[in-house]
Amino acid sequence: MEKNSCRAECAISLLPVLAVAALGGVFTLVGKEPILVFHGAIMALSGALAALYLFRKMLAPPAEIPLEYNDKIIRAAVIMILIWGIIGFGVGDIVAWQLAYPNLNFDLPWTNFGRLRPVHTTAVILGFGGNALLATSFYVVQRTSRARLAGQVTPWLVFWGYNLFVFLGVTGYLFGVTQSREYAEPEWYADLLALLVWIGYFWIFLATLARRAERHIYVANWYFLGFIIAFAMLHIVNNLSVPISLEYAKSYSLFTGVQDAMTQWWYGHNAVGFFLTAAFLGMLYYFLPKAANRPIYSYRLSIIGFWGLVFTYMWAGSHHLHYTALPDWVQVLGMSMSLILLVPSWASVFNGFFTLNGAWHKLRYDPALRFMTLAVLFYAIATFEGVFMALKPVNALSHYTDWTVGHVHAGALGWVAFITIGSLYKLVPWVWHREGTYSRRLEAWHFWLALSGAVIYVGAMWNAGITQSLMWQTYDANGQFVYSFMDSVDMLHPYYVARAIGGLLYLVGFMIGAYNIWLTINPPTPAEIPSTPETRPLPASGVVAQPAAQPAE
Amino acid sequence: MGKLHQMIERNSIVLVLMITIVASIGGIIEIAPLFTIQNTVEKVEGMRVYTPLELAGRDIYVREGCYACHSQMIRKLKTDVDRYGHYSLAAESMYDRPFQWGSKRTGPDLARIGGRRSDEWHVRHLKEPRKVVKGSLMPGYAFLADTDIDPQRIALSIKALQWAGDPYTDEMVKEAAKDAIRQASPDMDDAESIKERYGEKVQIRDFDGNPARVTEMDAMVAYLQMLGTLVDTKALRAAVKAQRQAAESKPAGKAKEVAAR
Ligand code: HEM
Ligand code: HEM
Repeated sequence: MEKNSCRAECAISLLPVLAVAALGGVFTLVGKEPILVFHGAIMALSGALAALYLFRKMLAPPAEIPLEYNDKIIRAAVIMILIWGIIGFGVGDIVAWQLAYPNLNFDLPWTNFGRLRPVHTTAVILGFGGNALLATSFYVVQRTSRARLAGQVTPWLVFWGYNLFVFLGVTGYLFGVTQSREYAEPEWYADLLALLVWIGYFWIFLATLARRAERHIYVANWYFLGFIIAFAMLHIVNNLSVPISLEYAKSYSLFTGVQDAMTQWWYGHNAVGFFLTAAFLGMLYYFLPKAANRPIYSYRLSIIGFWGLVFTYMWAGSHHLHYTALPDWVQVLGMSMSLILLVPSWASVFNGFFTLNGAWHKLRYDPALRFMTLAVLFYAIATFEGVFMALKPVNALSHYTDWTVGHVHAGALGWVAFITIGSLYKLVPWVWHREGTYSRRLEAWHFWLALSGAVIYVGAMWNAGITQSLMWQTYDANGQFVYSFMDSVDMLHPYYVARAIGGLLYLVGFMIGAYNIWLTINPPTPAEIPSTPETRPLPASGVVAQPAAQPAE
Repeated sequence: MGKLHQMIERNSIVLVLMITIVASIGGIIEIAPLFTIQNTVEKVEGMRVYTPLELAGRDIYVREGCYACHSQMIRKLKTDVDRYGHYSLAAESMYDRPFQWGSKRTGPDLARIGGRRSDEWHVRHLKEPRKVVKGSLMPGYAFLADTDIDPQRIALSIKALQWAGDPYTDEMVKEAAKDAIRQASPDMDDAESIKERYGEKVQIRDFDGNPARVTEMDAMVAYLQMLGTLVDTKALRAAVKAQRQAAESKPAGKAKEVAAR
C-alpha cells in the first residue's frame, strides 16, 4: 500500500487559499458597504479555516492512501444538491407567486422580484445543477477510469470553494450586488474565487484520468471535460470587468453595448450549451445505461453528438439578439448554426432512446429510470423548440415573452432536473452502500408530482407567451394597436397562477424526494452492506467494472 | 473516424486540446470582428457619456434588477417601432457597461422612456406602481426616496469608467462627486457648470420633489428621463428619408444599402 504525504499538493493549494483569505481581509477592513464587509469576513474566515486544514495535513505523518474510491466528497455534494434544490425551487415558486400577486413583493429592497429572480436562477443552475455535476462527474470519472479521485485536499477545496462562490452570489443579490449579466451575476471577487475553484476542478479531472486503468476515456468523461474547459473560457471572457475600488463591490464590464451584448449571449447560450446540456449529457451517458443495464446504443452517434455539440453551440449565441442593433451578419450566422445544432442534439436523443431498447419494461417499476427517460424526451422537445425559436420570424414572436420562459423550464424542469433526480436515486444507494432507496413508492410520488408540475408550468407559459405575443402584434383596420400593453398583462394572471401551482407541485415533489433520500441515508432500521466490489477499483486484470456503461462497439 | 477517434480518446491531453480548439472557433469568428469592423457602431450626433447622477441612477437600475422585466432595445420590427419609437441604434448603448437590452418584457420597453412622462409621475409610479397603473406587476421602490446618493462612490465609478476607455475628461472625473449633487440642485450657484462638461441638453432640476436631499430617487428619475433622448431620432428619420429619396434614381441595390444604414 502506497504512503503519501500532502506536501506538494497542500503547499500549492495554500496559495489560492491565502489569496482568498487576504482579499476577504482587505474587504473587511476597508469595505464601506455592509454586504462587502460581510462577504469579506466570510471569505477571510473560510480562507483561514482552509489554510489551517492544509497546515495540519502538511504536518501530519504520511498517511496511507485508501484504495477505495473517494465517495465522501460525492456524499457531501449530494447533500448540497438537496439544499440548493429546495432553496432554488422555493425561491422560484415565490417569484412565480409574486408575478401572480405583486403585493407579495412587500416593496422592500431585499424581497422585490428584481433581486429575488437571480437568486432563483443562480440557486437552481449553479447551486443545484453545479453540485449535481460535481457529484456525478466525480463518481463517473472514478468508476469509468477504475481509479481513485486524484488529490487529497483539492476535491474538498473545490467543493467548499464552489459552494462559497454560489453563497456569495446569492446573498449578494439580496443586497443589490450584481453584474446584471444573466447567469453571470456574481461580482468580480466571487468570479475570481470561481476561477480558482475551476482550475482545481480541471486538475482533479485530468489527474484522475491520468491514473486510469482503462485505455479509453469513457464518453461521459468527454462531456464533463468539454463542460469544464468551455465553461472556463466563457467565465473568464464574460466576466472581464473593472472594479471601482476595494471599498465597494461594484464593477463595470470591460466591454460596452453591442460587443458586450454579444459577449454576454455567447456566454449565456453556452452556459445552456455546456453547463445545462453537455455536462448533463455526461450524466445521461453513464446513469441511463447503468440504470437500464444496457450498453450505449451507438458509439458512432456519441462521437458525432459530442463534437457537433462542442463546435456548434459556440456559434449560436446571437439568436438571443435577433432584430437588435447587433449587425445582421452575426444574427444570420447564429440562426443558421442553431439549425445545425439540432443534429448533434438529437444524436444524443436517439442514442438515449435506443439504449433503452429491451429495457422499456423496467419503466413500469423503476421511477428513477422513468425520470431519466422523460428527461430525454424533454431534452428532445426543448432542443427542437429552441431551434424553432432561433428562426428569426419565430423569434420575432417569442422574444421578450413568456414563451421563452416556457422553453427555459421545459429544458430546466424537464431535462436538467429530471436527469439529475433520476441519477440521484441511483447514485445515493451506491455511494451510501444501500440496496436501494428507502421507498420506491415515494419515488413514484415524486415522479408524478414533478411531471404534472412541469407540464402545468410549461403548458401555461406556452399559452401565455403566444397570446401575449399576438396581443402585442394585433392592429385594427386603422393601423392602431388593438391592445394596450396593460391588456396583455391583465391577460397573464390566470396563467401565472397556474404556473405558480405547477411550481408548487414540483417543489413538493422534490421535498418528498429529499425526504426519501434522507431516509435512504439514515434508514430507520440500519442495514449497512459491507464494502461491495463497486467501492474500490478492481485490479486491471479483473472483471470489467462497468460492463453496461462500456460502448457497444 | 474510428481510428482517429481511438487516438483522441486514449490521450487526455489530445482530447483537451481538441476540445479547446473546436470550442474556440465560433466565438472568435463572431465576436472578434465586432471590435474591428468600423460600422458595427454607427456614428451619430448627440451621444455622450452619462452624467454622474444619471450613472448613479443606472447603477440603481442594475442593482434592483429592473432589467429582469424591462428591455431597453427597440427591435427593427414594425410592431416594436410602432409601440416604442425609433428602433434602438448600436450607438445608443455605446457607453453601457453592461448593456441593458434585457430578455423579457414583463413591463414595457424603456429604451425611449425619457421625456414621455413627468418627473412627478415617475416618482409616484416608482413609489406605488400599482396605484398609478392598475394591474401593474411592478414592485414598489419607495425606499429610493429615503436613501441619499453616495457621491464618493459615484466619483470612483466615473474614474473606473474613464480607465475602461469611456471619454470622461480629467475635469469630469475631478468634479464627479459635486456634479452628482449639482444636477439635482438647480439652486446651487454653479449648477449650470455641468453643461460645460456634458453639453447643453443635460437636465438640471430637483427630480424627486424633495429639494432638501439628493436621493436615489433623484438619480433614478434623472436616468429614466434621459433614456433614448440623446440621439435626435426625428432628425435621423428625416435624414434617412431624404437619403432614400435621393437614392431612388440610383440602381435598386444601392438604394437598399442606404436604407439599411
Ligand atoms: C419549482 C420550480 C420552478 C419555478 C416555480 C420557477 C419559476 C421561475 C420564474 C417565476 C421565473 C421568472 C420568469 C419571468 O421573469 O417571467 C423563472 C426564471 C428562470 N428559471 Fe425557473 N423555476 C423553477 C425551476 C427552475 C429550474 C429547475 C431551473 C434550472 C435548472 C430554472 C431556471 C430558470 C431560468 C434560467 C430562468 C430565467 C429565464 C429567462 O431569463 O428567460 N428554473 N423561474
Ligand atoms: C438545440 C438546442 C437549443 C436551441 C437552438 C435553443 C435556442 C433558444 C432560443 C432561440 C432562445 C430564445 C432567445 C430569446 O429570444 O431571447 C432560448 C432561450 C433559452 N434557452 Fe434554449 N435552446 C436550446 C436548448 C435549450 C436547453 C436544452 C436548455 C436547458 C435548460 C435551454 C435553456 C434556455 C434558457 C435558459 C434560455 C433563456 C435565456 C434568457 O433569455 O435568459 N435551451 N433558447
